[in-house]
Amino acid sequence: MAKASVTPSAEERLILTKKNRRWDEVRGRSLVTICAIIMIVATIAVTIFLAQKGLQSFTVNNINPIAYLTSTNWNPVGENASFGIFPFIFGSLAVTFLSALIAAPLGIGAAIFMSEIAPKFGKKFLQPVIELLVGIPSVVYGFIGLVVLVPLVRDNLPGIGFSLFAGVIVLTVMILPTVTTIATDAMRSLPNSLRQGSLALGATRWQTIRKVLIPAALPSLLTAIVLGMARAFGEALAVQMVIGNTRDLPGSIFDTSATLTTIVTLNIGHTTYGSIENNTLWSMGLILLIISFVFIFIVRYLSGRRKI
Amino acid sequence: MQVAAAKETIFKINDLNLWYDDFHALKDVNLEALNNEIFAIIGPSGCGKSTFIKTLNLMINMEPGVRMTGEINYKEKNLLDSRVDLVDLRRKVGMIFQKGNPFPQSIYDNIVYGPKIHGIKKKSELDEIVETTLKDVALWDEVKDRLKTSAMGLSGGQQQRLCIARALATKPDVVLMDEPTSALDPISTLKIEELMTELKKKYCIVIVTHNMQQASRISDKTAFFLHGRVVETAETGKIFSNPEDKRTEDYISGRFG
Ligand SMILES: Nc1ncnc2c1ncn2[C@@H]1O[C@H](COP(=O)(O)OP(=O)(O)OP(=O)(O)O)[C@@H](O)[C@H]1O
Ligand SMILES: [Mg+2]
Repeated sequence: MAKASVTPSAEERLILTKKNRRWDEVRGRSLVTICAIIMIVATIAVTIFLAQKGLQSFTVNNINPIAYLTSTNWNPVGENASFGIFPFIFGSLAVTFLSALIAAPLGIGAAIFMSEIAPKFGKKFLQPVIELLVGIPSVVYGFIGLVVLVPLVRDNLPGIGFSLFAGVIVLTVMILPTVTTIATDAMRSLPNSLRQGSLALGATRWQTIRKVLIPAALPSLLTAIVLGMARAFGEALAVQMVIGNTRDLPGSIFDTSATLTTIVTLNIGHTTYGSIENNTLWSMGLILLIISFVFIFIVRYLSGRRKI
Repeated sequence: MQVAAAKETIFKINDLNLWYDDFHALKDVNLEALNNEIFAIIGPSGCGKSTFIKTLNLMINMEPGVRMTGEINYKEKNLLDSRVDLVDLRRKVGMIFQKGNPFPQSIYDNIVYGPKIHGIKKKSELDEIVETTLKDVALWDEVKDRLKTSAMGLSGGQQQRLCIARALATKPDVVLMDEPTSALDPISTLKIEELMTELKKKYCIVIVTHNMQQASRISDKTAFFLHGRVVETAETGKIFSNPEDKRTEDYISGRFG
């Protein structure tokens, strides 16, 4: 008897679970909202901080922003200090575009192989290998580049080994798995009805790939390339180990060079906080951020144009 | 039979058996489809209708583990014994799928896809194919001002008619349709049914349908499939009014399936 009074009736239980559920709902929702807010605040904070620090070389140190961006003379210490970062912007863009130029066809080719030609083999063997490659720290790539690639270039090609070329190759290897993974997802997510529709019209598999599947996946494939470029653009360590880090505009692909990221990582440690040189490094950080934003806008634009 | 003899035999299937690995999906199928006729295939889900229709253009070969015995004679050529030219076969035997599957390209490019693959390059010729096939499927008036816009912007029914036009553009002899209207509203369905009766003047049409009314409305012959076997095949009028097999009668009157 006493037991019965303790056990809630069906109706009470219903109300109870409803209450529980609502509490659950509220708790869950606030948890994810907080996560989202932290993300947004962190992004905004970094942006504001970088903007404020990065602009100081122009507002406080009175460096001419046009000269800063276009001059090729980087000579941050001494009497006639001069701050022209054009060679580094050039270096960054050069390694980014050249490595993307090599990695794009290779990555998309591998993606087509995995999704269209040998899906079973691709899933079983190639995919795990590629995922492993994504996870290798960049210092490892840089180290291999330094020990294997640079001597190889020195012995067989013009120049001293350390070069724009070596940087491009290291970056290509680094972004290839990224490009391949995203491109494979893009190809795999195409509906099978497209393949069937094309084959049923008498097209060969290769015609189907070239004329239906690649055009259909094009925005996503471009996204894969741009994300690869973003990774190449932001990479500092591996490039720094093989590119030579000189301040002059390279005359050829086998000349030594430098990028925005390599100059920042090399110099930020030995300049005093607040000094002119330190501030100009912050400005480079700001430029890196702005160009990264451009990459993200391109990706967003492309995913808005997805056809399927 | 004397009357039908005037029509050319397009498909003649003799003792066709098909296995997916160990699963026996088609058993001793014997059928004949004539030109200028609509051949309907009905039967409960899983009885092998799609499997059967996909053998007619050998799209079935895309499925892993398929094995076949018997004969699929397409215009007196057995698709199963000689090495058939798939490109040629599929140009001549078009296929329409359950859901419209236009390529994410322009309406124009969808239609010229087949002809271009088969070697037609002249723009005037392609233009003409686009116009005639779109008129054939009664889509011309609706889309003639936006041939260069994406086919993905069309309604479901329009997309399905575009796919029919795309199949007609390779100038086939046969059009295979696997439940072509099951994803469409009644008005689009009606349009496509009218279209089929129009098309049979020029082509042989094989259609799979779950819709009894549809089969009885438009088809000349009907085959009833059950568990991979053809239970009965006859003039559509006869199957629906006076079926010979008890199981056909049960299915048609909705007692199972
Ligand atoms: N690729 C495949 N591998 C193995 N078995 C399959 C395959 N495709 C179909 N089957 C089996 O073959 C049988 C016939 O399938 P089919 O798709 O031809 O049926 P259906 O009559 O078209 O059915 P529905 O009306 O549902 O479309 C089913 O039992 C199905 O499970
Ligand atoms: Mg089916």
